[in-house]
Amino acid sequence: MPPRLNIVVPIKRVIDFAIKPRISAAKNAIETNGVKFSMNPFCEIAIEEAVRLRESSKDLVESITLVSAGSAKIQDTLRAGLALGADKATLIDIPAIDDSKSLELEPLAVAKLLKAFVEKSNANLVIMGKQAIDDDSNQTGQMLAGLLNWSQATNASKVTVDEASGVVTVAREVDGGTETVSAPLPLVITTDLRLNTPRYTKLQDIMKAKKKKTEKITPEDLGVDVTSRLEIVSLSEPPKRTGGGKADSVDALIGKLKGVGAI
Amino acid sequence: MMAPLLRSLARVGRLLPRYSTANCPIRLLSTTKPLRSPISSILEFDEDVEMFRSVVSRFNADVVAPRVEKMDEEEHIDPIIISSLFETGLMAVETPEEYGGAGASFTAAVAIVEELAKCDPSVSVLNDVHNTLVNTCVRKWGSDYIKETYLPSLSTSKLGAFALSEPSAGSDAFALRTRARKLSDGDFVIEGGKMWITNGAEAEIFVVFANAEPEKGYRGITAFVVEKPWGVNVVKKEKKLGIRASSTAVLSFDEVHVPKENVLGVYGQGYKIAIECLNEGRIGIAAQMTGLAQGAFDRAVSYAFNDRQQFGKYIGEFQGMQFQIAQVASEIEAARLLLYNAARIKEAGGQFVKEAAMAKLIASQVAEKTASRAVEWMGGVGFTRDEKVEKFYRDAKIGAIYEGTSNIQLQTIAKLIQKEYT
Repeated sequence: MPPRLNIVVPIKRVIDFAIKPRISAAKNAIETNGVKFSMNPFCEIAIEEAVRLRESSKDLVESITLVSAGSAKIQDTLRAGLALGADKATLIDIPAIDDSKSLELEPLAVAKLLKAFVEKSNANLVIMGKQAIDDDSNQTGQMLAGLLNWSQATNASKVTVDEASGVVTVAREVDGGTETVSAPLPLVITTDLRLNTPRYTKLQDIMKAKKKKTEKITPEDLGVDVTSRLEIVSLSEPPKRTGGGKADSVDALIGKLKGVGAI
Repeated sequence: MMAPLLRSLARVGRLLPRYSTANCPIRLLSTTKPLRSPISSILEFDEDVEMFRSVVSRFNADVVAPRVEKMDEEEHIDPIIISSLFETGLMAVETPEEYGGAGASFTAAVAIVEELAKCDPSVSVLNDVHNTLVNTCVRKWGSDYIKETYLPSLSTSKLGAFALSEPSAGSDAFALRTRARKLSDGDFVIEGGKMWITNGAEAEIFVVFANAEPEKGYRGITAFVVEKPWGVNVVKKEKKLGIRASSTAVLSFDEVHVPKENVLGVYGQGYKIAIECLNEGRIGIAAQMTGLAQGAFDRAVSYAFNDRQQFGKYIGEFQGMQFQIAQVASEIEAARLLLYNAARIKEAGGQFVKEAAMAKLIASQVAEKTASRAVEWMGGVGFTRDEKVEKFYRDAKIGAIYEGTSNIQLQTIAKLIQKEYT
């Protein structure tokens, strides 16, 4: 019997990628007042991949469930994900984690929440973004796989499922090039930029998403303590780019590079 | 005399949306700010509308923006834009789901027109005419047969056009001369010509106003749904000052046979359809002009504060510039409020004719002034075509002219005021 995929796609609400983040006056947080938030781009790619798996073969995908943790504002992001093609969504309600405090929900806490949720949902495949563009941690997927004791394939640029055997082959983008790994289900896949280009959401799907089920649970329901263990000591903007210089000849260029200690 | 005003306000009050949990601002430089207090503003929209705006915002950046300049130079809308608009469901905003539409509100349709105009007013008017004129006509006055036959294709693939104006019938629309000759079997033959028809060159479905009984004057005007292959000829595409990519066509109808089932609404009451459509369409144009103003403003103000320095500081920091920027921003905000006030009253079923006329009048004026300022703020650079701001200046002019000239708007408003005071 070919396996049917029960996919969980965790998503994160982050400051929109097009916005330039600013540090708040208190110098210990990113300014979130009046700033536009959207779904993390890698998460969109994850949803798109799940939907494409469903479209690639009839009956391959049983369900696509979204999950996200934080305050009620995440409903909007979940709804956007439902409009992209997911079936249902779960909000893990943590009212204290509103937009201004999103960095206080750490990767390990999220991984623990997801582990409990994935086990409750009987999922056999997790597809998620490789990292969120706010903290760029690139940890949650790996930690989740470790906690679940599942195989993991991170930075995926191509995913193929062999329906007969239930083996998933993933091409990963690594520093040296492309690495291909394969593993039987269950597994955690984290998406990289070139995995796919998410489709435009159709207005009709946005309206239909209103009728799809969204449930709310709490970290207590999952038996997880999400207290943060890290403290952000300070935040600063990267140093402003100073002007470069021009060199008239190769010798002059080498001289300058040596002068700044580059070679 | 205060009664009608108070009634309108009461209607708007009932309509104000519940406090939305959606995080509102679309762009860093937009004049809308998210509200933190529970008291709503007319400019606070429900989730659907905000999500639609995000879709359009992305659509603008990915699909429209790279093509704007070329389309303007070539005076032609790239077919990819039209097909992408259909694919995303942007051409069937209010159409009910059973006909392939999104089943969303009028405010949503208007917000989409506004958002599109921030990037390209030509694309915006294509969408506006299709949604607020053609789709609306078919939806409101179409028989079940007409709705079933045309709404699905209007939702997915066929562009529509609204054929009312003629060379000798502009503001005096009911002086139209296109005739609909009744045949013995009840069908009609349409003969005549139309002018200034937006989407005329690309449209496949036309709402055509023709007079079936000229002896009765305007009471003979009947609306028909006409398919292009039946004989609608595009005689000419106008070369224009602005919204050049939008096709503005001269059409000729040469013995076009139209089955009796294609009469839209009631025979001889086409004038009513025309009036109601244009009242609504006015709000669509107000949205286009408001979006245009915002687009020009965003472009130029970003330049003034971030790109251009003279005398050791950004030009946006000079007080003279700041005062102009503040003035224009206030006027755009005012235009937006008029726009959404009219939209909400209409959606609630109230009397909106005066508000719609005011919205279009002011929005077109604000668009023209804003675009003019925007070019000035960008200086010499603003005058060049590369910098993508002079186009807004050219595009703005049509706002005072089509779908009811500013003089017509003024007259409409004046007559309603006169009624209130006498």
